[in-house]
Amino acid sequence: MRISRRILAGLATASLAVTATSCGGGGTSGSFDDTVTVGILHSLSGTMAISESTLVDTEKMAIEEINAAGGVKVGGKSYKIEYIVEDGASDWPTFAEKSKKLIDQDGVPVVFGGWTSASRKAMLPVYESKDAFLYYPIQYEAQECSNNIFYTGATPNQQSEPATDFMYKRSPAAGGDFFLVGSDYVFPRTSNTITKAQVEQLGGTVVGEDYLPLGNTEVAPIISKIKKALPDGGIIINTLNGDQNVAFFKQIQDAGITPSSGYYVMNYSIAEEEISTIGPEFLEGHYGAWNYMMSIDTPASKKFAASFKKRWGADRVVADPQESAYNMVYLWKQAVEDAGTFDDNAVREALVGQKFDAPQGPVEVMPNHHLSQTVRIGEINAEGGFTILEETGVVLPQAWNQKHPSSKGFACDWTDPSKGEKYKL
Amino acid sequence: MELLLDSLFNGVAIGSVLLVAALGLAIVFGLMGVINLAHGELMMLGAYTTYVTQLIFKLPILKPFYNSYIIVSIFLAFIVSGVVGILLEKTIIRKLYGSPLETLLATWGVSLILQQFVRSVPLAYGTGLIISLLIGLFLPTTFPTKIKESINFKYFKFSSWIFAALTGVLTGSLISSSIGKLSRASARNVDVTAPSWMRGQVEIIGTTFPKTRLMIIVITLISVIAITLFLKQSAWGMRIRAVTQNRQMSDCLGISTEKVDIITFGIGSGLAGVAGVAVSLLGSVGPNVGGNYIVGCFMVVVLGGVGNLLGTVLASFGIGIMTDLIGAGRFLSIWPNMPLPLSNTINFFATTSMARVMIFALIVLFLQFKPTGLFPQKGRMVEN
Repeated sequence: MRISRRILAGLATASLAVTATSCGGGGTSGSFDDTVTVGILHSLSGTMAISESTLVDTEKMAIEEINAAGGVKVGGKSYKIEYIVEDGASDWPTFAEKSKKLIDQDGVPVVFGGWTSASRKAMLPVYESKDAFLYYPIQYEAQECSNNIFYTGATPNQQSEPATDFMYKRSPAAGGDFFLVGSDYVFPRTSNTITKAQVEQLGGTVVGEDYLPLGNTEVAPIISKIKKALPDGGIIINTLNGDQNVAFFKQIQDAGITPSSGYYVMNYSIAEEEISTIGPEFLEGHYGAWNYMMSIDTPASKKFAASFKKRWGADRVVADPQESAYNMVYLWKQAVEDAGTFDDNAVREALVGQKFDAPQGPVEVMPNHHLSQTVRIGEINAEGGFTILEETGVVLPQAWNQKHPSSKGFACDWTDPSKGEKYKL
Repeated sequence: MELLLDSLFNGVAIGSVLLVAALGLAIVFGLMGVINLAHGELMMLGAYTTYVTQLIFKLPILKPFYNSYIIVSIFLAFIVSGVVGILLEKTIIRKLYGSPLETLLATWGVSLILQQFVRSVPLAYGTGLIISLLIGLFLPTTFPTKIKESINFKYFKFSSWIFAALTGVLTGSLISSSIGKLSRASARNVDVTAPSWMRGQVEIIGTTFPKTRLMIIVITLISVIAITLFLKQSAWGMRIRAVTQNRQMSDCLGISTEKVDIITFGIGSGLAGVAGVAVSLLGSVGPNVGGNYIVGCFMVVVLGGVGNLLGTVLASFGIGIMTDLIGAGRFLSIWPNMPLPLSNTINFFATTSMARVMIFALIVLFLQFKPTGLFPQKGRMVEN
């Protein structure tokens, strides 16, 4: 009994310490006329917590920066931004439930939230039925265009399409065959459908594809398939999620599937954060495609990375999803100031056309509620970052992918009432 | 030939991961009949032990022996998971013998507690806690019988627990001050890097095999042989088998069933720890790592026949080989000119997720005909 009490006491102190560190909050307190409370909704527990908590950190930082610079100015009054952080707990119905709570009970004018497509799909009906607004910061499979969601991550034509093009035309494995590996859920499957159509257009061949059920780390059958389908090396497109990448890269390296033997992996879900978890020694020489990479050598990018490290610790890194999360807070602030009100509908109208000098370069909100972005292809280096090899100009977002058979020839435009969610081009 | 060898190796490799994970459960569930849902978390503790050992061996004082850390961690993982298992048996499971449903719920609760524990307690203090448990549980048993039988034994016991707690706190803070990575609590997954001699591959008769896979096969083989020898040859092994077959009669004949229960559960849990070392070589180590294996473990034990180690061995290799044959679409390479509908079906199942579906379907089908598994326990079981 004595012992179990001691354990309990230890647990209690530990959890207290955790809470104590997690509510830093604050920022400089200037003189404000009023406050406005926004909602932040990401998973702080469960499997997605590792990734999503970095977004919470970034959003808090952006809010603190805005407050330090005088807050949001609406109608001649300055508002201090305050936030309510809710935990989606890596559980999709919880995301919907917490959204309802934020909108109805707390009355927030905007929610920044989500990571997985499953969580977004769960939240979508809530925002549509209440005509509220969700800002969603993750690169995703598109094929969706809601009037109540603002997507600041890349669509496939802003990430996977330029990447496939690079791999087939200009990588060391140019002209080689493709093998597609992904986790078994909506993003990899949609992304791979697009990749297959694109490879066919380019004149290449996809020799195989395989999906690993979420949570499964047994990749031995996939490795033997890759070896059979690509005996002399080739291009592997990887859309595995989270921890599964660790198992995949550890095991393919042991099986001799490495850049030195002619196998090049292009990754869509591995950013700086993941490289440091997996270990650069397993990833060196493989590729990644993102809008933002920490190694971008511009003052805006360096400032973003430096202030994040200053706020959250020198060992922290910033990556593409965080940059998107950072941008969306600023874009919302600009739109509110332009609209002169926090009212959803006015802000929505003011939002389209907003420009922001993001860490990745200039971005602009398009009529389909997505962002125009720059695409970068990078090679993973031994230091755990990307060596940027290519950079496109500004690429316009396609909410409905033009290579996916189900959405070819469609587009989305919320500024024109006759067009709306999905119209024929 | 090469294809056959490759396929066989893959099957054995997948099977040995299943086997090493299920071996502990085969003992706990198979021999004792305890449905331990925290088995996966005991594996997780083994995996974290590997990680902590790896970091400790990176300290300057142990650096020259770094390459052997994985061997040391196998023993440490056995001890760590074993101790936690014994604590679990002493505090919870013992009170629930004979009520499987309550055991199931209680151990599930324990699994959640253990998961949250590694998330919110810095690993350095976790290590300290394990050390104090180890000393607290075992120090009193080393006292001479004279003291043990005296009325003052409880004071001795109490003071050894105090000593244990102090040592635990001391080692905890020592580790936390010398290894920065262990001093903070984190929900992040961590990584075990195999020492250089275990990375890369070896070539045998024209086919290459990854060394980590071979290592896991070796760990599995050694565990199976050791546990078989223990059960068949040692005195305690005989007592365990006796209690499994007829608890009341064994009790009458003077076997301390209580002690047998503790030892059996401790060994089963310890084996889960060894499995943790093995899986840490394959993927990353996180609070959820054990949960990914628990269903597979129960599947293997049920398919093999509860209470039979040979069944568990055959079931895991069987599942491993089938997973590879179906998942990698081997039938097509064996018989390339298969008629169209058949080859389409095989292609349909030749993905990792569909292969899993197929395996489960086959197992369900098999259990329809042989509900007690491959090798059902024969003889009279008084408890049933």
